[in-house]
Amino acid sequence: MPFGARFAMFRPMGATISITVNGETRQIAAGASLSDLLAQLGLDTRKVAVERNLEIVPRSSYPATALAAGDQLEIVHFIGGG
Amino acid sequence: MDSVAATPGDDSWSVAGLTFRSRLIVGTGRYKDLEETGAAIAASGAEIVTVAVRRVNLGDPSAPMLQDHVDPKQYTYLPNTAGCFTAQDAVRTLRLAREAGGWNLVKLEVLGPPPFLYPDMRATFEALEALLKDGFQVMVYSSDDPIACKRLEEMGAVAVMPLGAPIGSGLGIQNPVMIRAIIDQAKVPVLVDAGVGTASDAALAMELGCDAVLMNSAIAHARHPVVMARAMKAAVEAGRLAYLAGRMPRQYAADPSSPLHSGIIGKN
Repeated sequence: MPFGARFAMFRPMGATISITVNGETRQIAAGASLSDLLAQLGLDTRKVAVERNLEIVPRSSYPATALAAGDQLEIVHFIGGG
Repeated sequence: MDSVAATPGDDSWSVAGLTFRSRLIVGTGRYKDLEETGAAIAASGAEIVTVAVRRVNLGDPSAPMLQDHVDPKQYTYLPNTAGCFTAQDAVRTLRLAREAGGWNLVKLEVLGPPPFLYPDMRATFEALEALLKDGFQVMVYSSDDPIACKRLEEMGAVAVMPLGAPIGSGLGIQNPVMIRAIIDQAKVPVLVDAGVGTASDAALAMELGCDAVLMNSAIAHARHPVVMARAMKAAVEAGRLAYLAGRMPRQYAADPSSPLHSGIIGKN
């Protein structure tokens, strides 16, 4: 488990922030990292890419990227296409 | 091409430093399901597949993914910007694709409005400039315009891909004269992209001398996609061999295959 996820588990219950993921508003524990969010969503980090407030987040930075209230995230992957 | 040993095994082509034996590139969209996608792509013999980048479905994160049926270790994924109508969207999409996949070789297309989805060349040039500055190797979908294709090449595109006919139309190569002109002047690979409807269209594209053909709907929307994928593989190989062989000249009078004057009944 990444460091950020362990950290998030010890936060007091109910301290959440609101973020937007793929156009949907979600609540997540205050202090959660991007790694925490991806784990919570059940996504395989090797198969997705993430844009945070229009900036690409390199995969290696997921654990160190702390989410902030109002963040706009796009999580994408490859699908069939021409 | 005079000294070519025309056997398929010897006849590879290269783009952006990568070498391929198959001259058929296939899209991975519009199939019935991912099983059919995987089977048709295997039957096509393609080594490069185009893929799109879209939002993950957060409601069903365990849904099967393309990578489970089309192995990125076996095929070169060529992320494209299908569905992008502005330079900004195209650049943003390919930056995400690079992060998702970890490679720089991409296909750029910026489309004009329906019903033709014809390439928007002004937006395409703008996006290409930004992508090149950002270190991408870009194969570019283009109008069938020799001037536009030359411009793309001069800017630094690693391949130019003029359309044979509008995307998904299946109309075949509508402008063979200009495709030929684009091929004759090009110093980078030329691929016919879009418009192929059936095997003879793919063969014609290859006979014109292009380096490879890119298609999706012609296979995916055939009644039997896996069978059509085999047909396209054969057609691309046949067209390529015919190009290398050099077709006989056309003439507007008969030239008999058997001697006319030395038969039993002939007059010597």
